[in-house]
Amino acid sequence: MKIQDSRNEILKEASALRWELGSNLHDLLTEALYTDAARLAERAVTSDSHNKNFDLDRTIDRVVTSRWLGFPVMMILMTIVFWVTISGANVPSSLLSKLLIDSVYPLLKEVSNQIGLVWWLDGLVIDGIYLAMAWVISVMLPPMAIFFPLFTLLEDFGYLPRVAFNLDQWFKKTGAHGKQALTMAMGYGCNAAGVVATRIIDSPRERLIAIITNNFSLCNGRWPTQILIATIFIGNLVPSIFAGLVSAMAVIGIVIFGVACTFLVSWGLSRTLLKGEASIFSLELPPYRPPRVLQTIYTSLIDRTLIVLWRAVIFAIPAGATIWLISNISFGDFSLAEHAIRGLNPFGILVGLNGVILLAYIIAIPANEIVIPTVLMLTVLSIGLSDVGHGAGVMFELDSVSATASVLKSGGWTLLTGLNLMIFSLLHNPCSTALYTIWKETKSVKWTAISAFLPIVMGFLVCFFITKFFFWSGAV
Amino acid sequence: MNSDITPSNCEDCPAHHLANLKKLGVEMGKYDYVIALAGNPNTGKSTVFNQLTGLRQHTGNWPGKTVARAEGGFSYQETHYKVVDLPGTYSLLSTSTDEEIARDFILFGQPDVTVVVVDASRLERNLNLVFQVLEITDRALLCLNLMDEAKRHNLTVDHRRLARDLGIPVVPTIARQGEGIPLLTKMITEIAAGQLSVYPKRIQSEPPTLKRAIHLLVKKLETVFPGLPNARWVALRLLEGDRKIEEEVRSGRLGNLMTGSLSTEGEITRKVIR
Repeated sequence: MKIQDSRNEILKEASALRWELGSNLHDLLTEALYTDAARLAERAVTSDSHNKNFDLDRTIDRVVTSRWLGFPVMMILMTIVFWVTISGANVPSSLLSKLLIDSVYPLLKEVSNQIGLVWWLDGLVIDGIYLAMAWVISVMLPPMAIFFPLFTLLEDFGYLPRVAFNLDQWFKKTGAHGKQALTMAMGYGCNAAGVVATRIIDSPRERLIAIITNNFSLCNGRWPTQILIATIFIGNLVPSIFAGLVSAMAVIGIVIFGVACTFLVSWGLSRTLLKGEASIFSLELPPYRPPRVLQTIYTSLIDRTLIVLWRAVIFAIPAGATIWLISNISFGDFSLAEHAIRGLNPFGILVGLNGVILLAYIIAIPANEIVIPTVLMLTVLSIGLSDVGHGAGVMFELDSVSATASVLKSGGWTLLTGLNLMIFSLLHNPCSTALYTIWKETKSVKWTAISAFLPIVMGFLVCFFITKFFFWSGAV
Repeated sequence: MNSDITPSNCEDCPAHHLANLKKLGVEMGKYDYVIALAGNPNTGKSTVFNQLTGLRQHTGNWPGKTVARAEGGFSYQETHYKVVDLPGTYSLLSTSTDEEIARDFILFGQPDVTVVVVDASRLERNLNLVFQVLEITDRALLCLNLMDEAKRHNLTVDHRRLARDLGIPVVPTIARQGEGIPLLTKMITEIAAGQLSVYPKRIQSEPPTLKRAIHLLVKKLETVFPGLPNARWVALRLLEGDRKIEEEVRSGRLGNLMTGSLSTEGEITRKVIR
């Protein structure tokens, strides 16, 4: 009791002294700090201002943060990054899939045959788990190994704060924090990383907005879906010379739509659930530094590419097993997967998707990376194509984009389905890792639930209206 | 350096001998000293961290890249040092989670040496944080980083005069190239071992009434919390009406400062977002 008293005594004394000192104490302290800092800095630093060199940093900044050129420069840089990623990833991707799926897979099958593995274990492990892993590696590794170093080079150069600077006025208008541009950029790599990055935002209100809207940044698990579907359904609309560029533009279109969703939802939240004004902050525009290319490639491969890939592989294992199981366990005349697809189909068709896509998204909750292989496998299963694939519940990589296209088209897919899948890939719940991170950062079930369901509802609504528009305009 | 050249003074220096210096990465069991890296955002703390520990933590050219603590270690002459890379902050007033992580570590983690990494080309603004760190801890040294950028901007920094004025050692570095890191390592180890005593100068420009108030409170604090290492800083926060510090005093948790109990990141986050 006595100790408690003496503690309270201190606080009382402090508040008495505070009154004595007046209300401008904080200013006095700050002033003292600044005066001393200025005095010392002046004594220590001499500036050779006679020799005014051409200031490269200022000149670059004048272009990349200019009112007129800022946004076009951002678009051009983004197009270059995606275009290089899309066109550069094709060759290594098909090489990897040839190795892992065309060579190693039959080999494993043969080994299992020779040692006489039970059929269900052989199916579960090799057709389910191994193929899921192989697919994830061959589809994800090449684009990530290109995209991440490119992105990291831009980051190392000092471009990100300039993007934040350009977008700041927009974020301010929506009632969100300008640094959200930085966390958004991190989200393009991984939403879980983006959510952790929101720690740089001071105000809890704006931090929550940044957390909830981070999902509107396409993460690397969703890039392959976007790229493949854009190539099949949109790139094919134009002559083949332009196909690559047009596909890249379509993906950028989705990215921009995602940014628009970020602004819209930020605006909505700061007027309803998270009312408040945007707070003021200072953002340093650091000097441009020549990126250290080799080191950047090394760290981005180790820190980002391999870690993300490892995570995908880990999650592909149970997903592969699940797919194989639900396709092989039958209930009545059909397998569990077929029952689910039939059940989900009416709603799927209503929003311009289908039962296969919806089921694939349920299976892919742990990792977005496995959506496309799941979709292909379920499509083959539900329409009973016997000349492609390897059988029920076997994930496979079709050798070429056109083979994938023919499977999807015989599954009844149209331009509308493709477009809606791209939209839905952007607007759906974050993967389970991202959700867990959101929960860890907010410690709130409510905000985690909002982060999960808000995008799904938006996705269904947008797809529904796009479908209505297609039918209305007679495009379908 | 060519080995056929007569050994220079530089090579006599113990820091030069790589045999003594072992970069431990994250693999360190027990350690003898804890070193904290503090500084404004984007001054190259993570680069200094990588240089000291031999780790390859992701670095990026934008403020706010490090949001959590990164830990690594090195060992020098059989002594083990744990290095903690703190999020970059402009102040220690803890308005955001990253600032709070940095402040709580310097305050509650009681590092043996705090290295304040500053941008030599933006010294004046960086010194604010230096003063605030020096309020909390005596055992600090200044890493005057990005000397190459200062040069590019035609700035010359007199690090000797700065060291005299601040009362702490100042080591000029270009961390990206590894320049100055051996000397920095040597200074860190000397301060940690107590071979080098540091007497930082406090802020001088504060008005006399404030000086008196601080003096009164410090005396009170020292009777209730004997051995409190940074009573002056606590007194200032109390005078400013810092709710968090008031709560630490009321609950007596401030006394834990000496035992070094650390609030975890999860707790901090929970406090920030309810």
